[in-house]
Amino acid sequence: MYFKSAYDIREKYLRKEMLPTIFCPGCGIGSALQYTLRAIDDLGMNPDEIVWVSGIGCSSRVPGYVNFDGLHTTHGRALAFATGIKLANPDLKIIAFMGDGDTSAIGGNHFIHAIRRNLDVTVILINNFTYGMTGGQVAPTTLRGLKGTTAPYGQFENPFDIAGLAVAAGANYVARWSVFNYIQGINSIKKALQKEGFTLVEFLSPCPVSFGRRNRMKTAPELLRWYQRITVPLNKAKKMPPEELEGKVVIGEFVDRDRPGLIKAYREYIKRAKKAMGWEE
Amino acid sequence: MRYPFPTGKNDFIQGNEAIARAAILAGCRFYAGYPITPASEIFEAMALYMPLVDGVSIQMEDEIGSIAAIIGASWAGAKAMTATSGPGFSLMQENLGYAVMTETPIVVVNMMRGGPSTGQPTLPAQGDIMQSIWGTHGDHMLIVLSPSTVQEAFDFTIRAFNLAEKYRTPVVLLGDAEIAHMRERVYIPHPDDVEVINRKLPESEEEHKLPFGDPHGDGIPPMPIFGRGYRTYVTGLTHDEIGHPKTVEAEIHERLIKRIYGKILGHREDIISYEEFELEDADVAIVSTGIVSRSAIRAVKMLREKGVKAGLLKLHTVWPFDFDMIEELAERVRKIYVPEMNLGQLYHLVKEGADGKAEVELIPKIGGEVHTPMEIAEKVVG
Amino acid sequence: MRKEVLFSGFGGQGVILAGVILGRAAAVYEDLYAVQTQAYGPESRGGASMAGVVISDEPIDYPKVMAPDYAVLFSQEAYNKYIHSMRKGGTVVVEEELVPSRDTAAEKSLKVYALPLTELAEQTTGLSLTMNILTLGLLVEATGIVGREAIERAVLDAVPKGTEELNLKALHRGFEIGARIRDGES
Repeated sequence: MYFKSAYDIREKYLRKEMLPTIFCPGCGIGSALQYTLRAIDDLGMNPDEIVWVSGIGCSSRVPGYVNFDGLHTTHGRALAFATGIKLANPDLKIIAFMGDGDTSAIGGNHFIHAIRRNLDVTVILINNFTYGMTGGQVAPTTLRGLKGTTAPYGQFENPFDIAGLAVAAGANYVARWSVFNYIQGINSIKKALQKEGFTLVEFLSPCPVSFGRRNRMKTAPELLRWYQRITVPLNKAKKMPPEELEGKVVIGEFVDRDRPGLIKAYREYIKRAKKAMGWEE
Repeated sequence: MRYPFPTGKNDFIQGNEAIARAAILAGCRFYAGYPITPASEIFEAMALYMPLVDGVSIQMEDEIGSIAAIIGASWAGAKAMTATSGPGFSLMQENLGYAVMTETPIVVVNMMRGGPSTGQPTLPAQGDIMQSIWGTHGDHMLIVLSPSTVQEAFDFTIRAFNLAEKYRTPVVLLGDAEIAHMRERVYIPHPDDVEVINRKLPESEEEHKLPFGDPHGDGIPPMPIFGRGYRTYVTGLTHDEIGHPKTVEAEIHERLIKRIYGKILGHREDIISYEEFELEDADVAIVSTGIVSRSAIRAVKMLREKGVKAGLLKLHTVWPFDFDMIEELAERVRKIYVPEMNLGQLYHLVKEGADGKAEVELIPKIGGEVHTPMEIAEKVVG
Repeated sequence: MRKEVLFSGFGGQGVILAGVILGRAAAVYEDLYAVQTQAYGPESRGGASMAGVVISDEPIDYPKVMAPDYAVLFSQEAYNKYIHSMRKGGTVVVEEELVPSRDTAAEKSLKVYALPLTELAEQTTGLSLTMNILTLGLLVEATGIVGREAIERAVLDAVPKGTEELNLKALHRGFEIGARIRDGES
């Protein structure tokens, strides 16, 4: 793989007047953003045909920094807005940049229904196990025992496996990596961008300031080392008994299939309607 | 262009059906909704018609998703609508504010039923007048239209789209369960005879650069559409003319919000619409909106027969509100009566407008029935 | 000319449809103004139902029926509820088999046609559910609210495909009975 310099990527795709970003030192969002831009660049996609959509949270600020059309919406609703954009203009490619709380808590219902419909969208999910922007509250992804300001004695609920949820709901492509796995990450985004239907690439992404600090991992390297400890590649995980997987996060490519996307289904539906009315053969 | 319903002739259809047909004739090609009584027939008509005109009709997972989808569709260039009733309208409030803040043309229909909460799903009410004006949080401005007949439901739907496009704003069409389900004669015009206004797209360099600016001094920036190379960033955060978030700069927030107020209030004469009935020599006036106006017209006729010089001011727009017009009316008449199907909402606006120049009396009615003409006339006679 | 017509019975008798067809005949085929409102319980089938139709040659203000000029009453409940709300001298069509208990005092100031409508429909088409259409024919012919052609066209617009002939048969039988009633009266 030939790598353009980060400087070139930045020059080509970012809105310079919007920099610096609001992201804290050590934050992983910039890495996931860079992987996404590299994937777009590698594929030679036309930026004028891509719309970035987001909800609310740190990761949702991303569409503001990239020089594309972008819709920064309300908390949890990015995929519902995306449904409208895509159906109104199927020629547009939609990238939704979302956080774990945004996706699985307030936006959980939109998430599962966007997948059920197989909405043609690529979701880049930043999972930092916390609500970073509002100061480190626990999220539906926070693993048991980890601390947040709203569970200061350690999370007592079960975490959501968002990628697993996406597979079960019927997504066409689902992968999860940590931002440490950059080659796999970029390759997954490239795959996702080229498929119809719902595609999701989840990144475990460090939030040293709001999350790490409360969990004895004050710096990004500490968080990355922690990811190394808790992540288990899919092939290995398949051979492990469930007890051993307790508290672990499986990474890899979970599904890659080609069910018809929403746009294709709706086009068929229009034909069916016109046929039913005798307007078309 | 082939239409899936007869045009250029009279039909006998429900208010809900009329709204759907009007939307399609106004150019609406995107509908997202969620089933709810008494608005579902709008969705069902859209579901039937939209694929036939190469438009989209999609059932979302809830009303939050419905309004989100139509806002997205609007930015992708489509004229878009959703319809609901009280509980769903409450759920839509956050994104209604988003549409105000991002200056997105959309039409939201609220067919009012008895509330609060689940209330009286099948029965008409006017309890959402204040919510339609002030339902979302923060300082905001939008347009609210209120029909009283099926023909008005049709005409005002077209107007709602035109105002939304012209002023880059959400427009609420405030109907009720009675108009929703009532069937009435309505003239469906030939498509060529329908006045359709489309949003302005940025053309000049300045318009292109400042999608949230004021390039023409009328407060209404042309609207870029996604996918045409404008590279617009749209956010619900306070933003500058370019669209960049500026969340702590007081003057930028003030400039943005005041422009959003101004683009509506500065064009009140174009937006506000009403009808007068027997008001020239009136001694007492009735001010009403929506379905109750029909009882009020009858009441005026009954009162006139009895020698009472009564007249009616029937408001087609609920918001913006013409306080000055009410003040002038209050100077001319002895007393103003406000019949409405709630415990006092429009009444407060009228009272503010009258500014003490005439006594204002509320004629409230709740429970699910429209006032009878007699109920209004008796109150006026005293 | 404001004429108020009320149809009432229980769900499944086609009460609302009868109102819709009459309104359509007036609005679309007679160039009159017409409005139809309705009321029914929350149940989909079997509850009490009512359709009101107002017809006029000028725009209609209050859309609801206040004191019916004409009423069609298909059940005892409907009869009890509406017989006293009639305009003086108004016309009432009653399904006599379903309204066994009548108020002779109230009927004194009205023109009342009590007929075994369900049975008549069954004799005519073999289907009791064409009773609403037969009654429409009867009402229209006896009162002249709208013309024969208008109601015929409105019936054809409203009934399911494949049932046109059946419904026209019921309608025409209604015309015959209506004409007999009218001529017997005059």
